Amino acid sequence: MSRMSDRLFALAVIVVALGYILSATTIQSGFMPDPVGPKLFPYMIGGAAIIAAITILIRPDEEPDWPGAATFGRIALAVIVLVGYAYALKPLGFLIPTAIAAGLLSYQIHPNARRAALTGLGLSIGLFVIFRFGLGLGLFGFPRGWGIF
Amino acid sequence: METLSLLADGFEIALTPGNLMLAMAGCVLGTIIGALPGLGPSNGVAILIPLAFSLGLDATAALVLMTAVYYGAMYGGRISSILLNIPGDEPALMTTLDGYPMARQGRAGDALVLSGVASFVGAFLATLGLMMLAPWLARIAFKFGPAEYFALYILAFSTLGGIASGNQAKALIATCIGLGIAMIGLDNATGMPRFTFGSMHMMDGIDFLVAIVGLFAVAEVFVFIESHGRESALGVKLGRIRIPWRDIRATFTTMLRATGIGFIAGILPGAGASLGSFLAYMGEKAVAKDKSRFGKGDPRGIAAPEAGNNAAAGGALVPMLTLGVPGSGTTAVLLALLMTLNITPGPTLFTDRPDVVWGLIASLLIANIVLLVLNVPLVKLFVKILMVPPSVLLPGVTMISFVGIYSLSGSSFDLLMMIGFGVMGYFFRKLDVPTVPIILGILLGNNMEDSLRRAMVISGGDWTYLFSSPIAIGLWIAAVLGFMAPMFLRGVLKRPQAITD
Repeated sequence: MSRMSDRLFALAVIVVALGYILSATTIQSGFMPDPVGPKLFPYMIGGAAIIAAITILIRPDEEPDWPGAATFGRIALAVIVLVGYAYALKPLGFLIPTAIAAGLLSYQIHPNARRAALTGLGLSIGLFVIFRFGLGLGLFGFPRGWGIF
Repeated sequence: METLSLLADGFEIALTPGNLMLAMAGCVLGTIIGALPGLGPSNGVAILIPLAFSLGLDATAALVLMTAVYYGAMYGGRISSILLNIPGDEPALMTTLDGYPMARQGRAGDALVLSGVASFVGAFLATLGLMMLAPWLARIAFKFGPAEYFALYILAFSTLGGIASGNQAKALIATCIGLGIAMIGLDNATGMPRFTFGSMHMMDGIDFLVAIVGLFAVAEVFVFIESHGRESALGVKLGRIRIPWRDIRATFTTMLRATGIGFIAGILPGAGASLGSFLAYMGEKAVAKDKSRFGKGDPRGIAAPEAGNNAAAGGALVPMLTLGVPGSGTTAVLLALLMTLNITPGPTLFTDRPDVVWGLIASLLIANIVLLVLNVPLVKLFVKILMVPPSVLLPGVTMISFVGIYSLSGSSFDLLMMIGFGVMGYFFRKLDVPTVPIILGILLGNNMEDSLRRAMVISGGDWTYLFSSPIAIGLWIAAVLGFMAPMFLRGVLKRPQAITD
């Protein structure tokens, strides 16, 4: 079937909106007299989203030009790198995770290993100097156990 | 006269050495951000907010810095449009139409200077317009009750979804996503948790900064990974910079007309700078006697969109400051800044915090003059910035985003959420779902619900109360028109694509 992307998107919106409305039914009301209450506005949001999604189901747009599997692989890899970075920042300090993550991202954008490595190193040290000494943010350069920075 | 004395007070605040330095720094930073392809006013300001916040600047200082960045980015966007045929940001798209051809004819320097002057005229006059119009609108806004505010929010979302997007249904879905996210957390009225699913992280709701940085900055990285970060090579030579007096004189009336159009487009809630530059260009083409040179390097085709988008940037501040309803993606980001600083924009801002308002207006006037100096004699310095390849720039932007969000909360959970918003932003961009309504929804959702609930409390549950005043009815009519108009005007208002070669 053509124009699948929009149809899938619309179906996903409907499922999420129904879930949203269902979850709104469990909100507890307050004791104050309030003709609207805390549930109605969420119902309206969910309802509007469903109406819009049905419109898209009926009149979907042209298919966007999706990239190939290889590009999706590289984007997925970038997401994994970023998630790893998010977890590494606290225990490992700024310098080492930033050098690795920035280098890997740079390589995903332009596959040139030497430049990626230099980008990683340069960004990690340069940004650390700016953030720590220029802006005075409380960043740790290295894992705290090492006792430097 | 009252305006002048208030403005004098404003200059007293803006001319303190600290604020003056921040304004200058903001101008330089903003021009760089605007010039870099892939970074524009909205994501540039977005990634800087957490940092400005961690610096512990006071409200006026932070606002001076960020609006200088905002204006600077509007100026800077033209540099890559003219030299690379890649708009540095969305509003600069129209400048590529005549700017790049002019640069190809060996007149790159003239195009840069002319567009710099046009930006100055647009931004400066719009700031004066803001000064005149905003206090007046603030006085009207005092008459707004909850019913009027509710209608106003509807108007903002419907013009944003109608005029500013290609597909109303998708814009509506984006709005609902934003509003839906805003509901997460404790209910203002009852104090009961909503949609938290028992998670402590969700009790405070989702920080709008996390969503903004994710949707605007992190998503950009994925877009660049897909495009392989096409290396941007300067295809045109930039010789000695001279001031093309003849072109400036010839296009002066063009600039004035474009400023008027841009300013009005900026004031309309939800329309913003892209629409301003587009309408200014189309309007100029419509009144020109000789249309044959448009698209081939006509100076009017450079002056009009640049004056238009910079005037719209100033105009967009009017509804943002007086009503708390932003007119564009970037002013939505500036609204986020105000909320972070605990300032509630709206009519009371003008009476309660005149120092903030007039200090801001004075620093905008100063910033404009600084920007004219930076962008005309010193433009060659900024051209060097275009040499930064995306494979260095985008990782840098990502790391700054991470540090910014991390320094706000110190939680990995927010960083993960930001990555999630980044992925969502990438897919939405592919599907042509606009992301600005999401941001606006998150920012305004709670206020919108509050105004509805307060209106219903006042009226005892009578829904006709929402349409009971002339102002409210006018806003509802404007909302319906704003949403429906594009359906009929789509043929007329077709956005031209950037020329490719």
